[in-house]
Amino acid sequence: MAAVRVEEVLAAAEEQEAEKRRSVTVEKELELEFDLGNLLALDRNPPAAAGLRGAGPRRETVLRALARDNTQLLVAQLWDLPAERAGGAGGPLVAQLPEPTFRLPREKPPPRPRPPTRWEQFARLKGIRKRKRTSLVWDEQAKEWRRRWGYRRAGGDPARAWLAEVPEGADPEEDQFARLRREKQERVARNELNRLRNLARAHRAGTAVPAVPLHPTGHQSREELGHVARVARVSTASLGRFQPRLPKESAEPPSRSSGKKRRFEPLLGNLAAERSRQLELLRDMGSKKPVLDITRAVNKQLRQEEAEAAAAKGKKQSRRGKRGRRQ
Amino acid sequence: MRPLTEAETRVVFEKLGRYIGENIQLLVDRPDGTYCFRLHRDRVYYLSEKLLKVAACIPRESLVSLGTCFGKFTKSQKFRLSVTALDFLAPYAKYKVWVKPGSEQSFLYGNHVLKSGLGRITENTAQYQGVVVYSMADVPLGFGVAAKSTQECRKVDPMAIVVFHQADVGEYVRNEDTLT
Repeated sequence: MAAVRVEEVLAAAEEQEAEKRRSVTVEKELELEFDLGNLLALDRNPPAAAGLRGAGPRRETVLRALARDNTQLLVAQLWDLPAERAGGAGGPLVAQLPEPTFRLPREKPPPRPRPPTRWEQFARLKGIRKRKRTSLVWDEQAKEWRRRWGYRRAGGDPARAWLAEVPEGADPEEDQFARLRREKQERVARNELNRLRNLARAHRAGTAVPAVPLHPTGHQSREELGHVARVARVSTASLGRFQPRLPKESAEPPSRSSGKKRRFEPLLGNLAAERSRQLELLRDMGSKKPVLDITRAVNKQLRQEEAEAAAAKGKKQSRRGKRGRRQ
Repeated sequence: MRPLTEAETRVVFEKLGRYIGENIQLLVDRPDGTYCFRLHRDRVYYLSEKLLKVAACIPRESLVSLGTCFGKFTKSQKFRLSVTALDFLAPYAKYKVWVKPGSEQSFLYGNHVLKSGLGRITENTAQYQGVVVYSMADVPLGFGVAAKSTQECRKVDPMAIVVFHQADVGEYVRNEDTLT
């Protein structure tokens, strides 16, 4: 009985060994394509069509076996990579993945350009093209080139206009200055209203239209490009935490309010940290003092000269005294 | 009320350093408590942490002054030391000037110190160095800027200015209304 049992045990052990070895090796007709940078394995083998037809537990087992085999092959490839121990001798073994080669497609569709504004539609209809204006205008009165608008503009400072002619057919009692001011306010308000209307129209038409267009147009200012770069950096799955910096980008994370509002340290923040920062600052300031202080050198020179003068005077007096005594 | 930014701290320390040199460390890092600088309405105040915690409860519009006022920032962000900082400058001063009893009063009225009124001056004082002015009895009277270096002081005529006046304790009476 015991002998039979031993044979059975040995047979069972052998079967287990064979099982283990079988589970590690996988047979495939076509070799898989691997992109280890993305931990990707592409299996181009045609699947067993009969197994995948119809939903059910059979399909589940077939899919599971397929997944297990492919994962086994992928992990076997990972073990071939160069590896090192992270964090010293006792740390985990970390493989160094190569650069990813497979280009992942966009998750969401690209943003649509904003719809044209009312003026843009009209201009397209009429064939009106944008004309680039010169920045300087010849001012006949001042006889020089002045700005078109802004500080020292051509045509004088509008705030200092002391004359406002009463146009024909206007009420003589009406205050012309007030009228001009009111008309300007109305123009500004109308402009603002139209701008907001255009924005609302764009927002209604597109899904999420950003204030600054994110697709490259030929004429974007430096600030716009910076804004676009910042948005692009944050538009990753990890919100830009692991995004490498562009060559000339600054190395600090952008402040939450990259607008105009200033942010200060909290009033009762960490006072010990504040103290250490101030001591650091003092040390930096102290170390930058020049090694050669010119005024001190000049003073030293003066002192030397004085000492020499005093010594010479003393010698003269003693010599005179001696001569006098001899006489 | 808020802490000073890095740039503001640098400006303040540079100004203080002209009078007390590297002894600013002793102001920042005191053994008897945590002291800090705070800015309130363009004025820089030096106060202990205890006092800061209490002052933080007072609304901004009602808060007039806290701790010791060291000086104020002008409109163009330059820092101007005021006489109320004298108590902290005098013990750590590197370059000192002693004034004769006769011209003490002249200095306290806001005039510059002439060579005729100069009692003693620290050796190695450079020109335009920040100095603290004392009476002959070692009472701090104020501070100023040396108009001449020590060497030149010896050679110059009696009516020449040797120390430019910047602040004196007479301001406590003269500018009573504006000091905080």
